[in-house]
Amino acid sequence: MNLLTRRLIIAATASLAFAGHAAAQDKSIVVASTTSTQDSGLFSHILPMFKAKTGIDVKVVAQGTGQALDTARRGDADVVFVHAKPAEEKFLSEGFGVKRYPVMYNDFVLIGPKADPAGIKSSKDIVAALGAIKAKGADFISRGDKSGTHQAEINLWKVAGVDIGKDKGPWYKEIGQGMGAALNTASASNAYVLADRGTWLSFKNRGDLVIAVEGDKRLFNQYGVMLVNPEKHANVKKDLGQQFIDWLVSAEGQKAIAEYKINGEQLFYPNANDSGA
Amino acid sequence: MRAPSSELPIVFDAVTVTAGPVTILDNIALTLAPGAPTVLIGPNGSGKSTLLRVAMGLLAPSRGRITWGGLENVPPLKRAIVFQRPAMLRRSAAANIRFAMRAAGIPRAEHARRTGELLALVGLGPLADRAARRLSGGEQQRLALARALARDPAVLFLDEPTASLDPPATKAVEDIIRAVSHRNIKVVMATHDLGEARRLAGDVVMLHRGRIVETAAAASFFDTPQTAEAKTFLAGELLV
Amino acid sequence: MPTDATALQLVLNGDPALFAIVRLSLYVSLSAVMLAALIGIPLGAVIALTKFPGRQGVIILLNALMGLPPVVVGLAVYLALSRSGPLGSFGLLFTAGAMIIAQTVLVTPIIAALTRQTIEDLWIEYRDELTAMNLGPFGRVTALIWDARFSLVTALLAGFGRAAAEVGAIIIVGGNIEGFTRTMTTAIALETSKGDLPLAVGLGLVLIAIVIAVNALAWTARRAGERLAG
Repeated sequence: MNLLTRRLIIAATASLAFAGHAAAQDKSIVVASTTSTQDSGLFSHILPMFKAKTGIDVKVVAQGTGQALDTARRGDADVVFVHAKPAEEKFLSEGFGVKRYPVMYNDFVLIGPKADPAGIKSSKDIVAALGAIKAKGADFISRGDKSGTHQAEINLWKVAGVDIGKDKGPWYKEIGQGMGAALNTASASNAYVLADRGTWLSFKNRGDLVIAVEGDKRLFNQYGVMLVNPEKHANVKKDLGQQFIDWLVSAEGQKAIAEYKINGEQLFYPNANDSGA
Repeated sequence: MRAPSSELPIVFDAVTVTAGPVTILDNIALTLAPGAPTVLIGPNGSGKSTLLRVAMGLLAPSRGRITWGGLENVPPLKRAIVFQRPAMLRRSAAANIRFAMRAAGIPRAEHARRTGELLALVGLGPLADRAARRLSGGEQQRLALARALARDPAVLFLDEPTASLDPPATKAVEDIIRAVSHRNIKVVMATHDLGEARRLAGDVVMLHRGRIVETAAAASFFDTPQTAEAKTFLAGELLV
Repeated sequence: MPTDATALQLVLNGDPALFAIVRLSLYVSLSAVMLAALIGIPLGAVIALTKFPGRQGVIILLNALMGLPPVVVGLAVYLALSRSGPLGSFGLLFTAGAMIIAQTVLVTPIIAALTRQTIEDLWIEYRDELTAMNLGPFGRVTALIWDARFSLVTALLAGFGRAAAEVGAIIIVGGNIEGFTRTMTTAIALETSKGDLPLAVGLGLVLIAIVIAVNALAWTARRAGERLAG
């Protein structure tokens, strides 16, 4: 067999062996979380601390909330960390999760163009603002991807008396993508968009966008973490996963979350002690 | 020198080759016996190439049968053929010869020695490591000859081997053919060059429109052709 | 990666995260090309040289598969490798191995289809000689593959280009996990979605430079080989 063939076979065997070794991970867990949490940069801040303390590699797969819960249902993740309480409780009731722990909250902000076509800037009332947007037919970008943010957006429309599924017009654009993509689209088309504060603070392509509405209690966004039920999927690393959860809700983890700042501003407010959250 | 082998005689028995509605060879009866070279002559399209391919075993007759040493369906282990435009493998001249030897099952231990001998026989010794595709037309033809001889054949078929060569290259090839014939390898060659036929032939077989028109020993054929077609052809006129 | 550095600064400073990403990209795509070559070259050669019923249909299908949408392949491989899927027990999802598998699926049809065409053309030229030498099927396949080796390098480069450029498959099966399955293309997608467009563009230029470098290397090797063997 000639040299080229021999080299090819060696390389292929080596690469398969490498891949196999990588697959047999030692101390690591897979956490299914959301793109907005990832984009906020929180994980880059807190995960190195967790690794330094426990030696556990946390591999975050960032997807939309719907996809993250699906990944957990399939057993492809050990822990799921999202911000959509109704969906999380449904996940628990289906038996896929062990227990839900509240971890922290952040808030949503309504972002809009500086020119403010709907006339809502500096309002503290999100519901009135949404009503104004619809009335004026101002361009609005929705994530449209069944994520936690998307579900929060739909709920707010409902509170404003709008069944957005039926009452939307050409001013309402669903893009079916993550928070960053939604912000990019809003920036490019000078539209309104509901975003989590974390992604907004890290977002660099703002164009003419500014915060239009913030501070309304209805804009608060609660995060919960759950261990995937090892009885449904035997491969779940329940000890390592539980260590991660325990750390998140511990004094040390909560402090790490609170200390994460962008431009001096705190993003996430730890509330593991708030049992009703 | 090789002993006469069981490959010969090659006997065509009422062989016809058709391609669709066209008849290329028509009821050929022919015996190729050991001895001096047999030269096939005739105008273009007379069926010389096809006859060679059938004799080599590359093409099966549509009707009739062909036997080698009395047997049908003998695999071409002891036969070799050189085409008019031989295909060169993308490697050196020596590697081309070694490839042919491997394909013919010659033991590996003998490769180096035989390659050297063959290259010397065809006058390509200094070009052993040159890329075969970069040899001149004449050199490639000689390499093709060496490749064919590498199989240690009992019969060597040649399809217009010098048709695209200049006179010096033609002479070189003809000299090799003579040397090969003297080693008791049966040479069966097609050519449309009457001069070459005269120089090399022991027997002549003349084809016209897929049929054998006349066969004779070379001297008789050239001096006293019997048929009208042969006379016309030898006179240098177009045979239609 | 420091987020307020430009791509050029990251390159010049030898930023370890950037280099890890480049290394992983090359490892995944080159491995996929090698595996695809091991499968695709013999497959293409055999299809070129064998007559069998339905051959034309197979050739049409092979050519069409060159246009497999990466995201569809990603989804299919994801479902296969998921713990709930048939190959879940290997635990390959969200690893480099899954990315290699997905890209191998994408690249094999390209290499097989191009090999098939190259070998078929070469067979027309060599058919008489190789038949006259009484070569069996295995001998023909190996002789033609070796003879076509320079054209096949181009097929491999086409496959590499496809693998290095795609993001749809590997982001689904790899999960774009920082430090483990983040490659150049998935990093570009991430920085774009974070709105850091200058960094994304910079990374894109680095990726293009690397692909050009790989092509230049392969081309030089080919030229050297041709000079030796004609």
